[in-house]
Amino acid sequence: MAEEKVEGNVIAQLVTSDGESTGPQLDLPPDLTHEQLEALLNELLTNEEKVPYAFFVNDLELTGATELSSLIQDVSVESVLKIVYHPQALFRVRPVARCSSTMKGHTEAVLSVQFSPDGRHLASGSGDTTVRLWNLNTEGPDKTCQGHKNHVLVVSFSPDGKQLVSGSMDKDVRLWCPKTGKARGLLKGHREWITSLAWEPAHLAYPSRRVASASRDTTIKVWDTATNKCEFTLSGHAKAVSCVKWSGEGLIFSSSRDTMIHVWETGEGKLIRTLKGHGHWVNTMALSTEHALRTGPYDHNSREPPEDPEEAKQIARARYDELRGGRPERMVSGSDDFTMFLWEPNEDKKHLARMTGHVQLINQVQFSPNGQWIVSASFDKSVKLWDGATGKFITSFFGHIAPVYQVAWSADSRLILSGSKDSTLKIWEVRTRKLKMDLPGHEDEVYSVDWSPNGWRVCSGSKDRCLKIWRN
Amino acid sequence: MPQGDYVELHQKRYGKRLDHEERKRKKDAREVKKKSTMAQKLIGLKGKMYAKQRYKEKVEMKRTIQQHSERNNKHKVDDNVAEGAMPAYLLDREQVARAKVLSNTIKQKRKEKAGKWEVPIPKVRPVAEDEMFKVLRSGKRKHKSWKRVITKATFVGENFTRKPPKYERFIRPTGMRMNKAHVTHPELKCTFQLQIIGIKKNPNGQMYTQLGVMTKGTIIEVNVSELGLVTPGGKVVWGKYAQVTNNPENDGCINAVLLV
Repeated sequence: MAEEKVEGNVIAQLVTSDGESTGPQLDLPPDLTHEQLEALLNELLTNEEKVPYAFFVNDLELTGATELSSLIQDVSVESVLKIVYHPQALFRVRPVARCSSTMKGHTEAVLSVQFSPDGRHLASGSGDTTVRLWNLNTEGPDKTCQGHKNHVLVVSFSPDGKQLVSGSMDKDVRLWCPKTGKARGLLKGHREWITSLAWEPAHLAYPSRRVASASRDTTIKVWDTATNKCEFTLSGHAKAVSCVKWSGEGLIFSSSRDTMIHVWETGEGKLIRTLKGHGHWVNTMALSTEHALRTGPYDHNSREPPEDPEEAKQIARARYDELRGGRPERMVSGSDDFTMFLWEPNEDKKHLARMTGHVQLINQVQFSPNGQWIVSASFDKSVKLWDGATGKFITSFFGHIAPVYQVAWSADSRLILSGSKDSTLKIWEVRTRKLKMDLPGHEDEVYSVDWSPNGWRVCSGSKDRCLKIWRN
Repeated sequence: MPQGDYVELHQKRYGKRLDHEERKRKKDAREVKKKSTMAQKLIGLKGKMYAKQRYKEKVEMKRTIQQHSERNNKHKVDDNVAEGAMPAYLLDREQVARAKVLSNTIKQKRKEKAGKWEVPIPKVRPVAEDEMFKVLRSGKRKHKSWKRVITKATFVGENFTRKPPKYERFIRPTGMRMNKAHVTHPELKCTFQLQIIGIKKNPNGQMYTQLGVMTKGTIIEVNVSELGLVTPGGKVVWGKYAQVTNNPENDGCINAVLLV
């Protein structure tokens, strides 16, 4: 079939991702390119700094190489063409390309790695019962935190970057100082191992005080780290809790293996609503605002936030509000029943969308830092990309030859990192929907990956007892 | 009414002797010595019985002491951390046979060059030529004897074409040809039936390697793509070496151990 060439001009309307129209209807030439449209929009919005935008016509992206006419399917002079635009990050994260160092030290598999919100510290929890802090300037070992009596399963930095919490197989949660590596406290109370940790967002409490821990003993406990006491226990699940998230609205979401997701209020720990839908274990959850919640007052430049806690809180609040953008927070959950659900758990217990496509269980889901995309890692060896607002399927990334365990986003939402059982990491580019970089090097399964919030480094922890730092 | 209670009766009526406690203490203290002299003095059956009784008493005593000191004992902390740590998302999951990456490709290649392998069966019984081959007499009068029939299991490649039978010196009987092996992964401790790709080395000689003869100790190459092993580069490994551990000609099958 011959391509139908559009003759004459097109009447178009620029629309934000929320569906609001911007400016008047425009009479655009069909050979309009991406740069011209970007310049036009910047002019319309009277942006002082030029902001990069991505444009979509009927969910097809207008990229640098194509012209507007190639995206138009049904030519009608009378209908108005809707061009949806998404603002993109002003900065660019360069894709990591090489392994800059292999950090040895752990004597057992590395189970979790995490960068601090300012990207200056790195912590790892291992099967050798220690938490280690690494020096990112020399890329060598810095501090070893001993105390746990069994495998350290999760580590988590507080959004203000001043505390580190670790959960272990020995049923304890421990607090550490990320600067000195000294033990700050021991939170005892769970009767089974800890599966997940979540800090109270920085725009609700600064400096961070409260942390929620989910355990296999079906409860979630909320701890006050100033007094090292358990504030309250959230019990209601029938099976092990797999994941806990603290939303920006001050609610706690918990997913469990009893197929339910509970929403809790954090004043007294009352159950607000239960989200039902999954048919098997719920493994993972992600929030659309998670990037802002994780990094708190730190932006991509990892500048120190102001000393005054009120001011820092304001910054964190502004970052959170900007990312939320007028819409309620969305949450996506991935399950053993091979599906994902998109919810607005602050508002409603009905789901927005059910996302099917994977043919094996979903191990991790992640919202992109700007909330535009969702990426899911599955045991069916694929990574899939979904629309963050509607939950529509976008594309699949094939390339791994074993189950994909973890995924991470670059801070500019342009690149995806995936770590797999096949011992490699892979970098995928969202725009081209192709493999950008293959990063072999580990000698065994990659258990944990993280991209630093300032975008400079990627860290991966593996079963071969090494951490690897990857840089561009 | 028992008749022997007169001591108790007397004590009841008149009380104990004033030095009773003292005497009792001394007697008890002497008791041990007395018992040990008894143990040394008694011989024969009596000695045996006495020893047995004393043994029982001692065991009982030790047990009681242990029970009493249970609370004060210093218990060893449960520091036996289990091997094979796994992240939280993999716990409680049924794990399929795990993919173990090849230790080091370069090392392996070097070994291959040198032809040296650390193998489970380092020494093999040398197989003499007359055991390996049966002479096939040919010619009209059966007086020529330059043809040989191999009496061991062989592997014949898929694209093998026979030479004209008239000139075929070595005959590999079809009944003894094998193309599958039962290969055990030493770490996973499970066995898979895998396709044989080729013969790497028969320790009995280069000629047997070329002929594809499989005896005990032969190193064969098998197709392991089903096992899901990966190289450090993240590629699927499909050929790996294994050593034959049985006598295929006797058993009718090939058992082998994967070399990792």
